[in-house]
Amino acid sequence: MLNVKQIRQDFPMCVKQDAGNGKIYFDNAATTFKPYSVIEAVVRYYTHESVNIHRGDYDLSYQVSEDYEQARKAVARFLNSEEREVIFTSGASASLNLFAYGWAQKFLKKGDVILSSEAEHASNILPLMKAAEITGAIIEYIPLTQEGELTIEAFKAAMHDKVKLVSIAHISNVLGYVQPIKEITRITHEYGAIISVDGAQSVPHIKTDVKDWDIDFLSFSAHKMLGPTGVGVLFGKFKLLEDMDAFMLGGGNNARFDICGNIQLKNPPFKFEAGTPAIEAVLGLRAAVEYLEKIGMDDIEAYEHELKTYAVSKLKDLKHVILYNEHAGTGIITFNVDGIFAQDTAVYLNSKGIMVRAGNHCAKILVEVIKTSETVRASVSFYNTKEEVDALVEALRTITLEQCIDLSIM
Amino acid sequence: MSDYLKDPQIHREIIMDHYQHPRNHHLSEDAAYHKAHMASESCIDDLTVMMKIDQGIITDVCFDGVGCTISTASTSILTDLIKGKTIEEAKVIVHSYYEMINLVSVDEDLLQEAVAFQNVGKQANRIKCATIGFKAIEQMIKEEETNDKQ
Repeated sequence: MLNVKQIRQDFPMCVKQDAGNGKIYFDNAATTFKPYSVIEAVVRYYTHESVNIHRGDYDLSYQVSEDYEQARKAVARFLNSEEREVIFTSGASASLNLFAYGWAQKFLKKGDVILSSEAEHASNILPLMKAAEITGAIIEYIPLTQEGELTIEAFKAAMHDKVKLVSIAHISNVLGYVQPIKEITRITHEYGAIISVDGAQSVPHIKTDVKDWDIDFLSFSAHKMLGPTGVGVLFGKFKLLEDMDAFMLGGGNNARFDICGNIQLKNPPFKFEAGTPAIEAVLGLRAAVEYLEKIGMDDIEAYEHELKTYAVSKLKDLKHVILYNEHAGTGIITFNVDGIFAQDTAVYLNSKGIMVRAGNHCAKILVEVIKTSETVRASVSFYNTKEEVDALVEALRTITLEQCIDLSIM
Repeated sequence: MSDYLKDPQIHREIIMDHYQHPRNHHLSEDAAYHKAHMASESCIDDLTVMMKIDQGIITDVCFDGVGCTISTASTSILTDLIKGKTIEEAKVIVHSYYEMINLVSVDEDLLQEAVAFQNVGKQANRIKCATIGFKAIEQMIKEEETNDKQ
């Protein structure tokens, strides 16, 4: 059981809310608040350790380099991977682009098939569309159920010998379904294909175990899991990383080069980390991972789902609220108010101090499945409370189109 | 301004009416129409506005797509406003509308029902919604004028 009241004391944004600023944050799928420990790790670097890594022969650089590698160790422990399989990037988008450039563009051939789903985020599918354009590979989409869910049966039916790459989100950012990733991976490997998983919405909310799942690549961002912006991770199996191309060349990723153009790159993960990284953000990510471990991912998952279930049970009583993902097992609630455009609903909720996201959430091809172009998304985190959910439900109980319009024209 | 057009409740009713029953809400297959697809400002609004210009007169305007109350209603009102007008008259209307959105002045004779949006400028995050159709019209007028020069 989580002590949410105490957890809220760890987050300055929650402390301000509890002191009475009247705000409620339900856009956690976009980014999360940061605990003091993360902020302190970032500030500590700039205040006491503000030198570069992997360079100097002086003590302080050595110390920061050690801290930086300790962060990699912490992430590896969090994912159950090896340290050398953890590449720091600038975020999930950079990770997915690195994979698409370094692996997909290099190894896919004309006629090969990339199998993905209709619920993918732009950051996953757009780099793959580019890879398909360049290599002549074809993207096929696993059909979803009417509720937007990907079933193992549909996946099996869509799988065939020409599929060389399966690329899907572990948890969809719009509907919040958890895909059976272990089973999907097992089948993918039976066909000799590899799997790249977009973990942007899963790594922050459920326990990750890349070894148990046997997945080949995993991309995610720190800022959606209590960490700083500007840093993310690409996990890849070491054997695959050895063969994969670097997206960037430059300082820090080469071992030596000469005037004839001979370049020898470092081994993974360093060959993928050219340029000075966001050192403070990596150190902050370590603090985030340690904070999540202290709370416990299983408890986080259970509590967030409990909050979502609680919200759904109350929202179901409101006849004018349309729910799109009642059965999704995570903390994402996707809905609309009958007769009110999603953006107008979001503006109305903002006037009540409630922050949610309206839009098509960067998963534009999903429109064809759920038959609505725009939805409102309320996404909870483990620092949210039932009282906050009650406030959302109450605000939605009394929403009218007239009020929404008045907010814009008064 | 007449009192009728000052009443916030009237403003709301005008917008409700145009949102729920948008005028000229269809697209044309006629290749002679100008077309402006307004979808790059955000990932929310996705409106297409079409306009037929014959010898300097806007003989038809229509629109369709996905938009919030403010973008749908403002575009609907706009189509009513400029249909049948000359390009020069339409330009004056568009200019006057921007003056209102920028909280400079309100010309109710020119803008008629569009005065419902006279306070939208106070909500910075809705200005894009309230001007999307007007930008489409500006774009198509520019296209027409460029064509004329060639």
